[in-house]
Amino acid sequence: MVAENIIELTDLTKRYGSFTAVNQLNLAIGTGEIFGLLGPNGAGKSTTILMILGLTEPSSGSVKVCGYNPSSQPLEVKSRAGYLPEDVGFYLNRTGLDNLVFTGRLNMLSEKKAEEKAKELLVRVGLENEVDKKTGKYSRGMLQRLGLADVLIKQPEIIILDEPTLGIDPRGVREFLKLIVELSREEGITVLFSSHDLHQVQQVCDRVGLFVGGKLLAEGDIQSLSKKLFSNSPYTIELEVSAGTRSDSDNPGNGISIEQVNKMLGNLEGVLAVNKINERFQIECSHDITSAIARKVIESGAGLEYLTRKEYGLNDIYYRYFEGGEGHE
Amino acid sequence: MIFTIAILREVKVMNNLNNNNGSVSGNREQKKKFAVFPSTKAKRIRKDERILHPFRVMLRKEISDHVRSWRFIILVSIVALTCFGSLYTALTNIGTAVKPGNPEGSFFFLRLFTISDGTMPSYFVFISFLGPLLGISLGFDAINSDQNRGILSRILSQPIHRDYLLNAKFLAALIVIGLMFFVLGFLVIGFGLITIGIPPTAEEFMRIVSFIILSIIYVAFWLNLSILFSVQFRQPATSALSGIAVWLFFSVFYGMIVTLITRPLAPSELASQQQIIGYEGLRLTLMRFMPNELFSEATTTLLMPSVRSLGPLTMEQLYGTIPGPLPLGQSLLIVWPQVTGLLAATILCFVISYVSFMRREIRSR
Repeated sequence: MVAENIIELTDLTKRYGSFTAVNQLNLAIGTGEIFGLLGPNGAGKSTTILMILGLTEPSSGSVKVCGYNPSSQPLEVKSRAGYLPEDVGFYLNRTGLDNLVFTGRLNMLSEKKAEEKAKELLVRVGLENEVDKKTGKYSRGMLQRLGLADVLIKQPEIIILDEPTLGIDPRGVREFLKLIVELSREEGITVLFSSHDLHQVQQVCDRVGLFVGGKLLAEGDIQSLSKKLFSNSPYTIELEVSAGTRSDSDNPGNGISIEQVNKMLGNLEGVLAVNKINERFQIECSHDITSAIARKVIESGAGLEYLTRKEYGLNDIYYRYFEGGEGHE
Repeated sequence: MIFTIAILREVKVMNNLNNNNGSVSGNREQKKKFAVFPSTKAKRIRKDERILHPFRVMLRKEISDHVRSWRFIILVSIVALTCFGSLYTALTNIGTAVKPGNPEGSFFFLRLFTISDGTMPSYFVFISFLGPLLGISLGFDAINSDQNRGILSRILSQPIHRDYLLNAKFLAALIVIGLMFFVLGFLVIGFGLITIGIPPTAEEFMRIVSFIILSIIYVAFWLNLSILFSVQFRQPATSALSGIAVWLFFSVFYGMIVTLITRPLAPSELASQQQIIGYEGLRLTLMRFMPNELFSEATTTLLMPSVRSLGPLTMEQLYGTIPGPLPLGQSLLIVWPQVTGLLAATILCFVISYVSFMRREIRSR
């Protein structure tokens, strides 16, 4: 068994007719890592996950999970990897406990053992009060937590979560993500987490892979991603100015055009471009000139309403990449 | 190659059926097993501590799903009602139905299954009519409803082989149907025994058992057909409708189509015997593509021992025969092609659904 990389994808390709869902994907995920697959809908995240689990066969390339090939050794892979599908479903006329016990017994646990384990896990995911309730009466968030318990009952080495937070309220999402991080840290479980929501991925993932149009555009932790991406214009400064005195500042930015801002800044060294987005100006600079900009604005007599150096979040990475991605196609 | 593998699996499945039938019917079987193996006797394992094979876990779950479902309760009540209705007409008419000197007089008990006074069809006609409905309704949502509920991808990511699911669905429905048919058949025997007071002979009993097994095979065909549709179509409504469409096609339209095809070919009354036989042969061959026809031919032969051929017989063949019942072995020999045909159709449906299910991509919802 490969000790370091628990999941290895090599030149993985999946075609549906003439459409290529996943294109020449190379990816390695290390043991104990929380890896985020980030991409818009239809980027090939789910298809990649299905190939990892052997639920669909790759057109070419290879998948290795714990050193096993999911197409030819499905049982080895499936007994090590727990999968929580997007929009998971349960037998609605059975209780949550029954559903878990059934999964446990499919994983070669005895009835008694499965029941003990199921009860323990139901407490862990916070469903101890719904044990004997039929899953048909569960809410969306409860179903998702039951899904997590269902994944854990087989004591997996890898958990694969496909859009697990879809349709849960923000508080539920926070708890759910916290649970995942706890599990991964405490028990050393590798987590593969697919989402189109940047903030969630940012909150929990050690490393992120950006998926667009079936290709992995970039991977790495969030800092290194932003460095890689914004190398040509590394700083963006956001500026909001109002014309004249404070008295009309309740209508900020009104009447100020890009030309005026350009004039204000004069030929300040390091300014690469100025864009107006939602009454605020985005100034792209080659180095940090925040204080110089502030001085210029105040010198010009306009009201300085807002000035900040933007930290690159995943959001920006996301939009930057998707815009770029479409441009390249 | 794939076909042989699948057929081998079918055989395996059948073996499993035998094993599982035992375990489902009660714990007595289990206890017996423990008594046989001395190693387990020493350290008796409690029931809830045993590790069952995942396939058996799935099978148990499917069976309990069937038994608990409203659908099954409704079906059982319909079948039970018709069963007792036809039993009632049979019992009220049995006095007039058996005439002295009739070669079937000795098979008094079998008449319970075949008598009708015209107001109500007999038991075996009912089964040939309701069997398809039973099979279709137990199988039409086997795979697609699991998929639509988002269960399929969750279950198939458990460490089980993909065919376990298909086999468990099929076997569970088959076991449930089989048990039901045996129970109903034996109930009819019991009621008959109480009412008319004449016990069935061993041969009659064997004929009834073969009839029940045949009905199970017949329902298994429809069950497999509807499981095939449930693999192919995403919507349970579509697969139910396709199953019913096939059933209606065979029970209503197919006969008409065969008549339409064969009528222009019908030989005149003056045609030679050869021609008439050839024509009848063609008509029967066409009719035998119909599973209902195969079933009714086979049941008729089994339940009416005086039936000695299912095709046309010439006068020369009949010359010198003594009108008498056939022994069970001979009757079975006559229906063997029909049974084989039904089994082949069942296996064909199973193989198609198997092949398409094994290679398919399992998406959630």
